[in-house]
Amino acid sequence: MDQFINTPITEKIASGLKAGDSVFITGTIYVARDAAHKRMTEALERGEELPIDIKDSTIYYMGPSPAREGRPIGSAGPTTSSRMDKYAPVLLDLGEKAMIGKGKRSKEVIDAMIRNHAVYFAAIGGAGALLSKCITSSEVVCYEDLGAEAIRKITVENFPVIVVIDSEGTNLYETAGKFSS
Amino acid sequence: MIREMDTKLLTEQIKEMCMEVNHQLSDDMEKAMKCAFEEEKSELGKKILSQLQDNLKIAKEERIPICQDTGMAVVFLEIGQDIHFQGTAVEDAVNEGVRLGYQEGYLRKSVVGDPIFRENTKDNTPAVIHYSLVPGDQVKITLAPKGFGSENMSRVFMLKPSDGMDGVKNAILTAVKDAGPNACPPMVVGVGIGGTFEKCAILAKKALTRPVNVHSDIPYVKELEEEMLDKINGLGIGPGGLGGTITALAVNINTFATHIAGLPVAVNICCHVNRHIVREI
Repeated sequence: MDQFINTPITEKIASGLKAGDSVFITGTIYVARDAAHKRMTEALERGEELPIDIKDSTIYYMGPSPAREGRPIGSAGPTTSSRMDKYAPVLLDLGEKAMIGKGKRSKEVIDAMIRNHAVYFAAIGGAGALLSKCITSSEVVCYEDLGAEAIRKITVENFPVIVVIDSEGTNLYETAGKFSS
Repeated sequence: MIREMDTKLLTEQIKEMCMEVNHQLSDDMEKAMKCAFEEEKSELGKKILSQLQDNLKIAKEERIPICQDTGMAVVFLEIGQDIHFQGTAVEDAVNEGVRLGYQEGYLRKSVVGDPIFRENTKDNTPAVIHYSLVPGDQVKITLAPKGFGSENMSRVFMLKPSDGMDGVKNAILTAVKDAGPNACPPMVVGVGIGGTFEKCAILAKKALTRPVNVHSDIPYVKELEEEMLDKINGLGIGPGGLGGTITALAVNINTFATHIAGLPVAVNICCHVNRHIVREI
């Protein structure tokens, strides 16, 4: 079914989403990919605070192309989530409630999702131009030296995603991937 | 007759090609994507393919890259042996073209200078360049920026001669199954069979630059391309990996002689943003 939700995505909202739902997200979300996740994990290991407010946060695994003049962002589609699998369980345990990316997740991530009632969405891979139209603002929050991999805060309006793994661990890739006509 | 060519010409061409190829698919790919949308049987798959049609339209009209991963620049240079280059080194001229194209075209800089220390070079250089010498006095430039969502799912299999054709088919299906949703299906599957360890990988990469509506001119290879496309689409992975009848748009296979003891097979997977552009100068 179609669901329209606003951030922050709380435990209550996440628990109401089921694998296969089409969801349109409006509000503020963070953007981070490999290098930023590595730095956040290293900061935690040193006992430092995270540079983002992790509680009830949504992280979009994405590294945009540069924005042309007058636009908030360039092409902005999802990157492959499995590269964040090593880092995601710790962030989920700290309160991250939703992840947006594409592709499979590890058992460790799914276990952490169930434990924390979190949800994993897929955005359409390779639709970066289309998805950029749902982003109304973008600012770099930290790690600016990482270029396309810096952590950003973006505002989205009816950003289209599909629930792939829900808070109970039901996985759409396992069921839908067996399609036959 | 020796033709004199200033390497600046390579720089100018490659700069333009980088910008063009990232905003607009080639005609063969555009047609294949449209056909996929028309033929897909799953409702969700069809919806995704419809959105990918919209994506291509927005990319072309508004000059937003089709995909934010504007790739690592792979360049095939087929150089006529009757050319004498003047000016900067050919490699530098190619990299300068990539640098200018990615800077002026608002394309993402996705290259790190060292694979372990991983500092971004900030201009998407260096390119990966494959040179070959051919008869004549022209240069054929093929540019194929490669995104790594699908590159990461590519494989080389060093099969035994006794594995034969069944082994080859199994290798292709294994790579595609393992790639699943990670490689942004519908994919284009480039396959290299034969050669050595590195030769089969280059054959597979080159296969991805062949138009998706053109089959191999070797009869058994053409048959294999058709059979593998059917088998891959029978896997049910579908658009976005969310189920459907279109998992791949094409399987392009190149072959080469090999050693009595070996049967190398490389499977280079590309997403639906299979960018390739050719110019001859």
